[in-house]
Amino acid sequence: MAFFIFRRVANFITTIFVVSIIVFAAMNVLPGDPALTILGLDATEDALESLREKLGLNEPLVKRYLFWVGNALRGNFGVSHSFSVPVSELIIERLPLTVSLAISGMICTIILAFFLGVVAAANHTRSGDWGVMIISQLGIAVPAFWLSILLVLLFAVKLRWLPPGGFPGWESPAEAIRSLIMPTLALTLVQSAVLARVTRSSMLEIMRQDYIRTARASGFNSRRILWLHTLPNALIPIVTIIGMQFAALVTGTIVIENVFYLPGLGKLIFQSISNRDLPTVQALVMLFAAIVIIANFIVDIAYSFIDPRLKERT
Amino acid sequence: MRLPLNFIFGCMLIFFVLTVAILSLFWTPHNYSELNISMKFAPPSWLHWLGTDQLGRDVVSQLMVAAQNSVQVALIAVFIGGAIGTILGLIASAIGGIVEDVIMRLADLGFAFPALLFAIMLAASLGPSLNNAIMAIAFINIPIFARVSRGSAKQIWQREYVAAAKAAGHTKFTISLDHVLPNIMAPIIVQATIEFAVAILAEAALSYLGLGAQPPQPSWGRMLAEAQTLMYLAPELAIYPGLCIIIAVIGFGLLGDGLRDITDPRLKGNK
Repeated sequence: MAFFIFRRVANFITTIFVVSIIVFAAMNVLPGDPALTILGLDATEDALESLREKLGLNEPLVKRYLFWVGNALRGNFGVSHSFSVPVSELIIERLPLTVSLAISGMICTIILAFFLGVVAAANHTRSGDWGVMIISQLGIAVPAFWLSILLVLLFAVKLRWLPPGGFPGWESPAEAIRSLIMPTLALTLVQSAVLARVTRSSMLEIMRQDYIRTARASGFNSRRILWLHTLPNALIPIVTIIGMQFAALVTGTIVIENVFYLPGLGKLIFQSISNRDLPTVQALVMLFAAIVIIANFIVDIAYSFIDPRLKERT
Repeated sequence: MRLPLNFIFGCMLIFFVLTVAILSLFWTPHNYSELNISMKFAPPSWLHWLGTDQLGRDVVSQLMVAAQNSVQVALIAVFIGGAIGTILGLIASAIGGIVEDVIMRLADLGFAFPALLFAIMLAASLGPSLNNAIMAIAFINIPIFARVSRGSAKQIWQREYVAAAKAAGHTKFTISLDHVLPNIMAPIIVQATIEFAVAILAEAALSYLGLGAQPPQPSWGRMLAEAQTLMYLAPELAIYPGLCIIIAVIGFGLLGDGLRDITDPRLKGNK
């Protein structure tokens, strides 16, 4: 077990390290002068040179990379050009909204997908199964941002039940939750389509096993067989997809926050791009990539608890 | 052999999308970028089948040119990503050992970067453009194809005819090209079809966010972004581009599923 965890942790650290190089390289090595990007084409050579000096762009690349990583490890991502405050402050200020959205989206996705997947598997080749399959096929094809627009059209423009966008802040929790209903729904409906299909297919695979037939022959209640014997054994592929979905959900929040004008990290990243605020974009891209890698790492570790046989194989 | 239903429906939808995209190269009902403010928000009529937008531009013409744009982006991005990924997968399976480990670990790394994050990085350093969006979508396809081709190629390397080719003195390079590649084309084509659907969704999302097609180039994603600001005035403008995306995505998705059912019947009905 210790060796298994050690290998996974080593893999995780290497991945984070290489990703940090890629992010740094993409922002600093690609053709283009960051100083020119920030100041624009009209900037004088003096202004450009002094900004290059201020940003440390005249230093060797390796030194700049080590400086960036060293500071990032201490929670210092530099100062935002457009907000003139430390990037870490901006992140801390906006993180709660993005995290709430991602977590509520994930919980709703799991509940809805398990329900749909189990119903479809229990009604295999009958109308319930077809219904779930058609809904999930549609869910996979519908872009989350279009679904969001449709939800706004229905619930905000037509019915006027929910606000079309914006966030009133956590000072008024009821209003805050109300403004997160549609974004959560948009994330959930799209993500649960994929998970429902995987749950169904994994459940069907397990339902063909001998021990399920034996349980049926022993006269166990079919609901008990479904939820207690089949679902737990069908969890491995489902957990893999949940890990990947969490990653998709986190990046999905970037899009959703922009559709609903929510002041989270996703909105911040786009503000930073239009303000040519490179330190903020760099920190946020690294943060989102790190979240994706951490989600995959947790899934890897979770495997060994769900199916101890996997530890021996790796 | 009876063709699977999903394959037939997928072919029909894709035929429709491709016909519209190709037709838009030669003909559209109106010039897609022609402004006609006096005709703004015109309802559907014989002159403008789906009406006009806030600048009086014909919606059908814009949707047709946008279809061409989407198909082009998907084709180029999946081709580039697929070609690089397949070559890497072939190299990994042919050489094995450390080279295989390094390639596959790098492929794993690629999964840490969703297309959106990659496009954001490119937009921040090079500025937003359709070419950068294509690069981002191509990039996420590399690890996917590397995995698929390496997995399939490894099986082919175990076959007797490959052993015979080795015994006849063929190099790994010629064996990969003459024996392995032709035999792994089926799973690669299936994967490419599925990735077309993903690429169309990704292009729409990137253009919606301003990281893909730039004005005046029409794109379903950009049309949705414009329509969102006019939701109280003309909600229907937000419906049509979304429906087009769904038709294209479902078409490629069904076609991919159908092709998979044909090439690997064991998976049928179990997806």
